[in-house]
Amino acid sequence: MAVMTNAPAHFPRIAACGDSALAVEFSDRIDEATSARVVAMADRLAAGAVAGIREVVPTYRSLLVHYDPALVRGRDLTVQLMDMLECQAETESTVRHIIVPVLYGGETGADLDALAELKEMTRSDLIALHASAHYRVYMIGFAPGFAYLGGLPERLHTPRLAVPRQRIEAGAIGIGGQQASINSVPGPSGWRFIARTPLKLFDPSRKEPFLLRAGDRVRFRAIEETEAAHLDAAVARGEPVEEWAAT
Amino acid sequence: MSVLNIKDAGPMMTVQDLGRAGLSRFGVSGAGPMDPPSLRMANRLVGNAESDAGLEFAQVGGTFVVDAPVRFAVTGAAVGMTVDGKPVHAWESHHLLPGQTLRIGAVVNAVWGYLAISGGIDTPLVLGARTTHLRTGLGGLDGRRLAAGDHLPLGASGHAPLLALRQPLSRPRGPFRIVPGPQADHFDASAWKIFLEEPFRIATHRDRMAQMLDGPVISAFAGHDIISDGTVAGSIQVPSSGRPIVLMAERQTTGGYPKIATVASVDLPRLAQAMTGSLVRFRAITRDEAEDLLLDQSRVLAAALSGLEEKGETTEIKETPTTSGRSNT
Repeated sequence: MAVMTNAPAHFPRIAACGDSALAVEFSDRIDEATSARVVAMADRLAAGAVAGIREVVPTYRSLLVHYDPALVRGRDLTVQLMDMLECQAETESTVRHIIVPVLYGGETGADLDALAELKEMTRSDLIALHASAHYRVYMIGFAPGFAYLGGLPERLHTPRLAVPRQRIEAGAIGIGGQQASINSVPGPSGWRFIARTPLKLFDPSRKEPFLLRAGDRVRFRAIEETEAAHLDAAVARGEPVEEWAAT
Repeated sequence: MSVLNIKDAGPMMTVQDLGRAGLSRFGVSGAGPMDPPSLRMANRLVGNAESDAGLEFAQVGGTFVVDAPVRFAVTGAAVGMTVDGKPVHAWESHHLLPGQTLRIGAVVNAVWGYLAISGGIDTPLVLGARTTHLRTGLGGLDGRRLAAGDHLPLGASGHAPLLALRQPLSRPRGPFRIVPGPQADHFDASAWKIFLEEPFRIATHRDRMAQMLDGPVISAFAGHDIISDGTVAGSIQVPSSGRPIVLMAERQTTGGYPKIATVASVDLPRLAQAMTGSLVRFRAITRDEAEDLLLDQSRVLAAALSGLEEKGETTEIKETPTTSGRSNT
């Protein structure tokens, strides 16, 4: 993903997105510090820190703020948010850690062997490397519950496929460039997929439809077929199977 | 519970309410109608809450029967329609009784039409709304387009008078107004000159998610990839093809193309209703101006919604010499 390279821009800055939204841009790069600031401001605004805000959408380096111009005008909101940026604590209020059990390889993780060959690693070394990393949910987007993760070890960075595949299953664990992902709904994708999780990132019938949110920390735990089948069955029965790690 | 039976459906008919708000941060598109004022008006005409679910259709409606008496209204544009072969007007409510057949034909000089039924379409709430999001198969009837043979549950329909909109909904005219940004500075002066001075054509490639524009190519000197960020309905993305894409109701929540500008909220339903092949021009206004326009339009629409006139207590369907329905009379 190309980094913005426009003429000198000073960050943070606030840009209009029409008459009912604005974007608070914290930087022009993907890094943890930027994401932490985005999430911290999202949490404060979602908690009602400023009147007239309808919803916020945290992304890699910017926060989209939807507002009701009948309650707050864009120019006034810009001033309030700039003030908040000047005195904002950059720590996130609550940090959640989740361990995602994954079955490497198989039909859904069909790119595993090819990727190992490409990286000149053994299959088990690749799995160990992927499962040892600490990931961070930078944003949820593209589709309901789809998690964009940062923290992929550099050795696993891999360009997207030239020709996207037509159907990738929900729960597929992917690699696209320097990013990692967990699919939430079936659909086409040009990413490479090396594993799957029995966890459902999105289930509209569940009390908490979305498993993850921006700012969450994620680690993968390799599981075997037997455990995967056991978890699949539990998920199908609607039982909560996610593992929240102690902070 | 009463039921709306679909005997025949146009190619693009879905259940829509005012949208699935508040879940963009979880990747859930707001969806909702392409022309929200028209759905709100249709609901008001039949005595519903403005937020009740109705049917949205493109180009042509369909054929419907009910198993209990209801009131219905069609809005969006001029639409040719009949009850048991007798022409009835759009933009006012009518009775539909069991045994009668409602036929809704072509939308005239627009794209999207709306059918509201008293009681509202009562499909299950999904994430707080009944709106259909086709890409992810959420809401409406199994998250899909409607087809012949579908049965839609209706909410309870109380007594209310038949109503008519006597003054047509005021639609803005002239160039489509845009607010520059959020990535306005990815485009140099010559790109902006093209964007604001040349006409674009409403491309055939259009759906509930996005409207492509044919015409001059717009180049972003800073590149056509950005770190993905949030989108709004009306965001004008410019991918490396240089052909602008306006994101519509069913947009993805995030995107990685630079957004040169955002269509003013008051002009977005008009863009949705612009005929394929027609020419559009853009004019830049300030955010303040766009907010003023939106607030003014909200007041005008609220007055129109609360100022509907009773048609009088006739249950007879009046015969009229034309099937084109009420347009801007």
